[in-house]
Amino acid sequence: MTDVTDSYVTPDGRTIGGVVMEMNNITLRFGGVVAIKDISFNIREGEIRSIIGPNGAGKSSMLNVISGFYVPQEGEVLFHGKKRPPMRPYEVARQGIARTFQNIALFEGMSVLDNVMTGRLNYMKTNIFQQALWKGRAEAEEVENRAVVERIIDFLEIQHIRKTPVARLPYGLKKRVELARALAAEPKLLLLDEPMAGMNVEEKEDMSRFILDVNDEFGTTIALIEHDMGVVMDLSDRVVVMDYGRKIGDGTPAEILSNQAVIDAYLGVSHD
Amino acid sequence: MSEQWIFALEVTLNGLMAGVLYALVALGFVLIYKASGIFNYAQGVMALFAAMTLVGIMQGQVPFSHVINALFGTHVTHFGWSVHGFLAILLTVVVMIGLAWLVQVLVMRHLVGQEPIILFMATIGLAYFLEGVADLMWGSEIKTLDVGLPQGINLWIDETTLNWFGYGFFIDNLDIVATCIAALLVGGLVLFAQYTKQGRAMRAVADDHQAALSVGISLNFIWVLVWSVAGFVALVAGIVWGTKSGVQFSLSLIALKALPVLMLGGFTSIPGAIVGGLIIGVGEKLFEFAIGPLVGGATENWFAYVLALLFLVFRPQGLFGEKIIERV
Repeated sequence: MTDVTDSYVTPDGRTIGGVVMEMNNITLRFGGVVAIKDISFNIREGEIRSIIGPNGAGKSSMLNVISGFYVPQEGEVLFHGKKRPPMRPYEVARQGIARTFQNIALFEGMSVLDNVMTGRLNYMKTNIFQQALWKGRAEAEEVENRAVVERIIDFLEIQHIRKTPVARLPYGLKKRVELARALAAEPKLLLLDEPMAGMNVEEKEDMSRFILDVNDEFGTTIALIEHDMGVVMDLSDRVVVMDYGRKIGDGTPAEILSNQAVIDAYLGVSHD
Repeated sequence: MSEQWIFALEVTLNGLMAGVLYALVALGFVLIYKASGIFNYAQGVMALFAAMTLVGIMQGQVPFSHVINALFGTHVTHFGWSVHGFLAILLTVVVMIGLAWLVQVLVMRHLVGQEPIILFMATIGLAYFLEGVADLMWGSEIKTLDVGLPQGINLWIDETTLNWFGYGFFIDNLDIVATCIAALLVGGLVLFAQYTKQGRAMRAVADDHQAALSVGISLNFIWVLVWSVAGFVALVAGIVWGTKSGVQFSLSLIALKALPVLMLGGFTSIPGAIVGGLIIGVGEKLFEFAIGPLVGGATENWFAYVLALLFLVFRPQGLFGEKIIERV
């Protein structure tokens, strides 16, 4: 099913389009350590794609390759069918790939609102003097960007902390603010690095709901890394399983759950 | 009003004016510190370098003339033209931007992610290197700088106060102009930092490099921008101080006076730098006026540092600095 290029409709009524991002034979080494070995997979428009695997499997490295933080030694990355030359992370971000981090990276000194507004930086086209003096298109532009940001803040239910400096927020809310900032860029592809790590059950449920809603409402393509198997199987359309830098499985949650290699390597013994 | 109070008032006014000049230097420090977390020891030398470049360009001096003459046995010193002040300032701005770019490419880019103390040491190195370059480039003579800023006693204030109090205040025109320039500069910087895309990006970079990259900010560009702005502030400080006391190497020492200002105002606050500067300016003038005669004078040399020490003991983050809270 991975090589189907035309769109299809999921059982819950979402349309999944063609391939947006394609990773071909990616190999990433740090000195002698091979973090990713010859992995290929793709991400289709509008789907929720998960990457799972035990600790040290290379999941975060994979996400860092997609977002340009790491440059692989071998293989190619195709975005919208075009080969992507080695790029700096900020150039990748400008192409419409937003991300969150495993260990939250927010601007601690700024308010929630300001943090989310930084996600709009690449949409601001008026020049420095217009912005400083509030002349010309600058005002209209700021209002447009604020409207987008306020909608996202509303959507993620963080209105009550809009003006709060991020440093004062509890962990769960910080994760949500980070998601809001990534969404503010209206990304074509959203990368989430362990969006639920360290959360309690209630926070996990909230975050799962937000991820599904974002995908549903905005049609955002999402690739995520997660450890909680229950969450992954519930959320994902398709799952890639990694182990020791190799790909050992790729398919729908049902296919993954019945894949013997995956069961051996990762799921191992069932606790249920 | 008794004569003593009128004197005190005049001293206070003069202190405020001097304070503005301190604040002007301190601003350069705050700016770089806020934007990159680096305490830029070279800020004072940058002011000196900017002032020397400005004078050099205005007088049509040949840069590195000593070196050229020594190497080729020539005797060039001047091009034989002089450049108008305004044009020379624009050219100096270009030079300062070039300097910012060089600092980024040659020094700072290789130190990304290093400890703050390493970056601080790098700026110390930069300070002495730049001082040497300034010497080689423009020579070490004391020069006068005149870009057309008014100087001398303000007659209007002198006359008005003479009519009011029967005693004419001495306020230097240059100090008044410096105050206006500082106000404009601060207003411009606030607008820049708060309302422009580049300003927002700058604050973002100061906070978190990775996060900044992930929203599409180029670190390289922002750092060049930060050093350029610091260079510009240094130029403004250099023009005002150079006009006041001549362009000479001791100009780089005014940076030392900025340290107590920063301790008072807090390293992270632009208003803090201004209020800190004013407090030091007024404080040291009033202290000299009131206590100076009792202890033999020259209190202006140490008053600021003692005040700064007191602040370090009782309020280490300064008046306006971010409160230091650590979760345990």
